[in-house]
Amino acid sequence: MKRLINRYPDRTLSVMLGALPFIFILITYIMASDARLEENSRDKLLPSISSMANAVDKLAMQPSKRSGEYLFWTDTESSLTRLGLGIGISALIGLVFGIVNGAIPYVRANFSPFITAISLVPPLAVLPILFIVFGLGELSKVVLIAIGITPFIIRDMQSKVMELPSEQMIKAQTLGASTWLIIIRVILPQVLPRLIAALRLSLGAAWLFLIAAEAIASTDGLGYRIFLVRRYLAMDIILPYVIWITFLSFFIDYLLKTLSECLFPWFHAEDK
Amino acid sequence: MKNRFKKLLVLLVLPMCVLVTQPVMAAKDSFKVAWTIYVGWMPWDYANNAGIVKKWADKYGIEIEVTQINDYVESINQYTSGGFDACVMTNMDALTIPSASGVDSTALIVGDFSNGNDAVILKNKKKLKDIKGQKVNLVELSVSHYLLARGLESVGLTEKDIKVVNTSDADMVAVYGTKDVSAVTTWNPLVSEIMNMPGSNKVFDSSQIPGEIIDLMVVNTETLKKNPKLGKALTGAWYEIMAVMSGKDKKAKDAKTAMGKASGTDLKGYNSQLASTKMFYKAADAVTFTKSKALKSTMAKVAKFSFEHGLLGDGAPDAEFIGIETPAGVYGDKKNVKLRFNPSFMQMAADGKL
Repeated sequence: MKRLINRYPDRTLSVMLGALPFIFILITYIMASDARLEENSRDKLLPSISSMANAVDKLAMQPSKRSGEYLFWTDTESSLTRLGLGIGISALIGLVFGIVNGAIPYVRANFSPFITAISLVPPLAVLPILFIVFGLGELSKVVLIAIGITPFIIRDMQSKVMELPSEQMIKAQTLGASTWLIIIRVILPQVLPRLIAALRLSLGAAWLFLIAAEAIASTDGLGYRIFLVRRYLAMDIILPYVIWITFLSFFIDYLLKTLSECLFPWFHAEDK
Repeated sequence: MKNRFKKLLVLLVLPMCVLVTQPVMAAKDSFKVAWTIYVGWMPWDYANNAGIVKKWADKYGIEIEVTQINDYVESINQYTSGGFDACVMTNMDALTIPSASGVDSTALIVGDFSNGNDAVILKNKKKLKDIKGQKVNLVELSVSHYLLARGLESVGLTEKDIKVVNTSDADMVAVYGTKDVSAVTTWNPLVSEIMNMPGSNKVFDSSQIPGEIIDLMVVNTETLKKNPKLGKALTGAWYEIMAVMSGKDKKAKDAKTAMGKASGTDLKGYNSQLASTKMFYKAADAVTFTKSKALKSTMAKVAKFSFEHGLLGDGAPDAEFIGIETPAGVYGDKKNVKLRFNPSFMQMAADGKL
């Protein structure tokens, strides 16, 4: 008898086992929704799958009566633009400050405590200040995402730079490399895949801040729609939006992972 | 193996279904009531803390648990999904949330109407007409939105002439301070907060549409029918506090101070909010208001607004899809009455029969 820890499911079984929790939730939902709809055919809390499909059809396939826009896609577009800008800016700042902080002790002594402190401030608590400084437009939404995840990325990059073996630095120096050359040729290539890993981990937080920003003052976006229709308990719109957001995050995560594997195969050599 | 799996599935699924389905409504003796912070609903907090609710519940041999919910919409959603037997809300939200979800609801107590508590405010502009072409920050699809629509109507504009920006009420005051914001529509205490800032002009408020934004205590109709005791106890408790509040003695002052404190201000602040609220201190006045023809035409306007904004649901072919029963007659579909204004309990209070 093999020990449990040494027994592996084969491919098909592993897919089935992985799908089981999803199927379980789906069945539970359908049963609960049917039970509630039987009691009150206009119950909005747990709408049937068909009414959700209807709502999606209306928002995604038909232009809105008021503005002529396909609301589902305009919402998706504006949210993804904000998210992309926010994550992109955070990645850039995070990379530059992380490397400089990690590589140059004088800069580290100067900035590290400050960044640690900043990263501990809950961004949602300083919202009124953000509004007054950055206004209410697109800028403040992107800034909220950036403030939310940049400190984390900087700290992560900094520690990754400091984890690089000191032998490498010494070797590069004996070969005559300057600080600048070491940063560009030794440190940068090695932390780039780690930057992608950090971005993947901060995606969840980025969505959280995006939706919070859209809930506060906005005219479009996935978070805006959810908070707007919540006013009349339109779960038939909210649930598909939640699934869509989950799918988008999953897809972005997958893209980042593939990008990392293509650009830095050496980094993933051990994964396989 | 397969059988065991099936059994397991059933064992796991069944209890969850029981959890999510509504409990069968029958005569019972303990009830849950939800309230949120607003000038016209603070008396519920006081009644609960001062033991007035308990006194009336005991009189009718039932138990009433009064819970404060921090988020107004969430409290109505909870009520709609069956988590509470009764909840405070405005006439418009009663129509668009529980009634539009098919939950037959009764307005048991008509507590007050907004008489200036909701307002359209412009920065550095003095006339409502100047709002044309501006972005207006407000809680979309709320009574503010309704007030704005009524205001625009009064100067011959429509919603197409402006652009609404959905803004959370919690951040309204902070948002108003930024330079991008030039027009807001909101309610008290936010209105008085914003009016304190330089350049603010109130260009339209709810006193110009008196009796259209009404604050109610709404009870699930079926629960009320099976348990009239709940209606009697709540109504009795309410008018006992109303009597205390409308007095001029120390007791009235103490009660209002407590209500002011609980809503985050003081006696002075609370009194200034009361000044822009038409409270029905006497049950007889509330009955007269409920029986008036004006209520029916108000609800017709609210239903029309709600329908135009898609609030009655996708299934609604027109504004008259949901029937609204008022003493002056039914507005809309008589076969689909989901919102009822029932003055009978307030009448009992007026007659001293509780």
